[in-house]
Amino acid sequence: MDYVIETKDLTKRFGNFTAVDNISFAVGRGEIFGFLGANGAGKTTAMRMLCGLSRPTSGQGFVAGYDIFRQQEKIKRNIGYMSQKFSLYEDLQVWENMRLFGGIYGVKDSVIFSKIDETLEKLGLSSERNTLVKALPLGWKQKLAFSVAIFHEPQIVFLDEPTGGVDPVTRRQFWELIYEAASRGITIFVTTHYMDEAEYCHRVSIMVDGRIEALDTPHNLRQQFQATTMDEVFHRLARKAQRQGE
Amino acid sequence: MKQLYAFVQKEFLHIFRDVRTILLIIGIPVAQILIIGFAVSTEVKNIKTAIYDPSNDVSTRQIIDKLAVSEYFNIVEYLSNPDQIEDRFQRGDIQFAMVFGDRFHENLYHNGNASVQLLADATDPNQGTVAANYAAAIISDYAQTMMSDLNIPFQIMTQVQMLYNPSMRSSYDFVPGLMGLIFILICAMMTSIAIVREKETGTMEVLLASPVKPIYIVLAKMAPYFLISWFILIVILLMSVFLLHVPITGNLLWLNVFSLIYIVLSLALGLLISTIVNTQVAAMLASGMGLMMPFMILSGMMFPIESMPTFLKIVSCIIPARWYISGVRKVMIEGAGVEHILPELLILTAMASFIILVSLKNFKKRLE
Repeated sequence: MDYVIETKDLTKRFGNFTAVDNISFAVGRGEIFGFLGANGAGKTTAMRMLCGLSRPTSGQGFVAGYDIFRQQEKIKRNIGYMSQKFSLYEDLQVWENMRLFGGIYGVKDSVIFSKIDETLEKLGLSSERNTLVKALPLGWKQKLAFSVAIFHEPQIVFLDEPTGGVDPVTRRQFWELIYEAASRGITIFVTTHYMDEAEYCHRVSIMVDGRIEALDTPHNLRQQFQATTMDEVFHRLARKAQRQGE
Repeated sequence: MKQLYAFVQKEFLHIFRDVRTILLIIGIPVAQILIIGFAVSTEVKNIKTAIYDPSNDVSTRQIIDKLAVSEYFNIVEYLSNPDQIEDRFQRGDIQFAMVFGDRFHENLYHNGNASVQLLADATDPNQGTVAANYAAAIISDYAQTMMSDLNIPFQIMTQVQMLYNPSMRSSYDFVPGLMGLIFILICAMMTSIAIVREKETGTMEVLLASPVKPIYIVLAKMAPYFLISWFILIVILLMSVFLLHVPITGNLLWLNVFSLIYIVLSLALGLLISTIVNTQVAAMLASGMGLMMPFMILSGMMFPIESMPTFLKIVSCIIPARWYISGVRKVMIEGAGVEHILPELLILTAMASFIILVSLKNFKKRLE
């Protein structure tokens, strides 16, 4: 199989504290990979290492075919990132945000402009092209932020709790966008606290105290833990945690 | 390069979208100059004056008459005792006092040498000087008339004493001080807030996860404030020349170069603050209390460095504004050549390089 993320014994220590403890996993191209764990389990640290924002202490890791130790710059070119906090510029217009991020990722001007129209049409936001982002409702902003994160057609997009504070209907629409992107071959690496969203993922990993305690399809995980929902699976694993959440 | 361009464009949009802030940063220096300008250009009239005249002879009366008819002086009291002078000044009854020596007329005619003391309240230094100058002119005018009448060389010893503000810090001095402060305000405060804002909103993380070079993020943040500061520099200079009539006697090019170094230094300070704090409020406090206050108090802008205790004198040496203000004063007001501000120039350049290095290193470290 064609893997776009591969890690082996990836570890990050801050002093005596091991935030991420020897994690090994692989994510295939076009896969929607759910990265679950309670607060403080080490999800964000692991994700930051994969994005080239933080240097691992030991282990190996390849993202989009590049080494996370030495080729962070190349990795950054080939991924998209949507942070936990809403991450567009509120005082810029919708299209200005898109142009900015297009420019940052080196998309050609001619491509940028046709892509802006195309994306806005898809989102049904064509009429909001010149609206300041702060005037948009939260759900639209999140969808827009996702579209901006994949504007440069990255191989992988990292989503850090993308649907926090969004109503169920909008979350549903958001996941439709995710499926659409995955169908185009973009790998989705997503962290979430909503267990119904975990069900939408192709495969799910659950981190407890810096280690990956379970990794499989939602269906297999439910069977393995004899649970009817992912929520139950998660609780069973999370109960073992020694660490307190942040 | 294209990345940098996209970024600089974005930063300008941020600033121009925020009309209130831009009005504030351009408005503050303009307003301050205007206020000072008014204070300076107000003509001095009706100065409340007291006379102490122990001689009470023909010469002193003639001088007093001349003084009384001029529109500048308003004689409010004839004192009987020189000890009253201090008291009248302190009660605010008078702003100016003319004290004649004993046997003025006699001394003038027989020795060709008489003395008069002019005392001015220099808490308003401008008014103090003007009053003293007017009075001295009236006295020398009287002496001239006498001389031409009698054809004998006379000399009236006019002794001027500025009370309460002996170093005569005039409003001219305020312009360099204002410049030293305003650039810290715009560059350090605004840059640190602008960078920290991105940390707060979470956009910084997205930028760092993108292939854009961190140095571009920093440069793009600084570019607009650099240009705005330069613009303000020009506005301040124009206003001080045409409104305050502070002549720029020195080399304009060097004044600009010198100021730009200081502006870069202030920008680097802003970057440094942004690497230390995480919220906009903290950035505001750090630049307000941490920079503005010591800069204002220790730079020689408010209190003359010469009269500080040794410890504070030493501390003032690490305040960049001290060197900047002193340099600007030399170039702008005293018309000194670049060779005279070489120490200031070198110290500021060294400080700027040091701060840039530290803050860039800190900025990179924080990314980890």
